[in-house]
Amino acid sequence: MNIFGLIGRYVVLMGKVFSKPEKWRVYRRRIVAEMESLGFNSIGIVALVSVFMGAVLMLQMCINFESPFIPRELMGYATRETMILEFSSTVVALILAGRVGSSIASEIGTMRITEQIDALEIMGVNSASYLILPKVIATVVFFPLLAILSIIVGLVGGYAVTVITGIVIPDVYLTGLKMYFKLFSIVYALIKMVVYAFIITSVSGFYGYYAKGNSLEVGRASTKAVVVSSVLILMFDLIITQISYL
Amino acid sequence: MIRCEHIYKSFDGKTVLEDISAEFMPGEINMIIGRSGSGKTVLLKSIAGLYPVDSGDIFYGDVSFTSLSFAERKNIRRDVGMIFQGGALLDSSTVEENVRFPLDMFTSESAAAKKERVEFCLRRVNLTGAEHLYPAELSGGMIKRVAIARAIVMNPKYLFCDEPNSGLDPVTSNVIDRLIYDITKEYKITTIVNTHDMNSVMEIGEKIVFINGGRKEWEGSSKDILFTDNEALNSFVFASNMAKKVRDAAGGAGM
Ligand SMILES: Nc1ncnc2c1ncn2[C@@H]1O[C@H](COP(=O)(O)OP(=O)(O)OP(=O)(O)O)[C@@H](O)[C@H]1O
Ligand SMILES: [Mg+2]
Repeated sequence: MNIFGLIGRYVVLMGKVFSKPEKWRVYRRRIVAEMESLGFNSIGIVALVSVFMGAVLMLQMCINFESPFIPRELMGYATRETMILEFSSTVVALILAGRVGSSIASEIGTMRITEQIDALEIMGVNSASYLILPKVIATVVFFPLLAILSIIVGLVGGYAVTVITGIVIPDVYLTGLKMYFKLFSIVYALIKMVVYAFIITSVSGFYGYYAKGNSLEVGRASTKAVVVSSVLILMFDLIITQISYL
Repeated sequence: MIRCEHIYKSFDGKTVLEDISAEFMPGEINMIIGRSGSGKTVLLKSIAGLYPVDSGDIFYGDVSFTSLSFAERKNIRRDVGMIFQGGALLDSSTVEENVRFPLDMFTSESAAAKKERVEFCLRRVNLTGAEHLYPAELSGGMIKRVAIARAIVMNPKYLFCDEPNSGLDPVTSNVIDRLIYDITKEYKITTIVNTHDMNSVMEIGEKIVFINGGRKEWEGSSKDILFTDNEALNSFVFASNMAKKVRDAAGGAGM
């Protein structure tokens, strides 16, 4: 199928996903469950990755900006801005695309090939909405929280480096963290994360929903979901950044 | 009653169903039989509205299903129960949740009333005690029985079964066949069963439609099926030696 056919199909599916749900009470329960499995259960990996990213960023800043003309406070400042602007949103989103995207695509894809989706349709359930909408809502709400967590843990990682290596005096690092603070950076990161959450969930849901054949195809659908959402994340990073700083 | 008129269906230019017309009466076990790949599943799913047909019409009673909108179809869907080839239970839900699912989705009954209805259906299929198991913990026969319980929980007028006893041992197959038969008679359901199991055909089949290569080759009762001169049907029926013996015994006694 060509790219336009694919986009058309995606748009039609999203139309189905966002049509009026049958029963809010059932959906509410599903949203809570999805928040746990897609959001809450990702806290570990996000924290782990973030603490190392923060630590490495801080080290790199110090090593590469070794100069008497650059105040050491700026190391903390640069680490903070890089974490907020790119790492805690875009890099974390790429990792979530791997973890969450592949699980969504394979879950829904398996439901497709084992006729569970047909079973829902026969009962008169809007299967696209029932399966995908709670995941979209859960991730759109939860992923920004993961971004905030990632920023905090990342900066703690940077602090740990200053304490362990002494490359910068910890207090100087902390002063740097508070320099030129713009709330807009955080808002920008959170907006990006909302967009990324939507991309990951809807694209993975799309590839799972239209899977056909056997388990091999489900595997393929899940790989495609991760690759396509990752590329889209990077594209939208560029687009949103362009728009935000016009 | 369900009636198909001149149904055509193809996938990517490959014709799967060609000019199929048939009528299925309430309170009867209607069977669609045919070899693997002959188009039974596609026909049943077309009748159920899961696949849009290329041309032709499907009537539920007097209502033309093919000309209904998605919203209008929903009302008919409430009256349809279906048992899929692999069971198609929701993997992430327990037996009880699976059976209760249509009630949760489409009724506003109290929790107690729903529980009672679920218990009744599970008792009907002899599965009390399995409420809290997950599909992965069930045997093939149990999965089919849960699927039947789920299919009848809303009191359907129409019941579609896609190879309800594929992959089951002969004894369990009989149990499932009996269950479908009894439920059909009890509630006057219009039941359509896909199968390639001649044993089921002889046990519970009443009206039989034989599909070969996407075309309807033959239609009749399970009594006539042993004595047709349709070649394709004969080679299908008498692939099993058992059927030959049954025919010879019956023929010998009758003539
Ligand atoms: N979704 C689909 N897309 C394309 N071709 C399909 C699809 N579903 C079925 N077919 C084709 O239609 C034909 C009939 O398939 P169908 O599943 O109806 O056979 P069947 O009679 O149910 O066989 P079995 O007894 O093995 O279940 C097959 O050749 C199959 O390849
Ligand atoms: Mg089949």
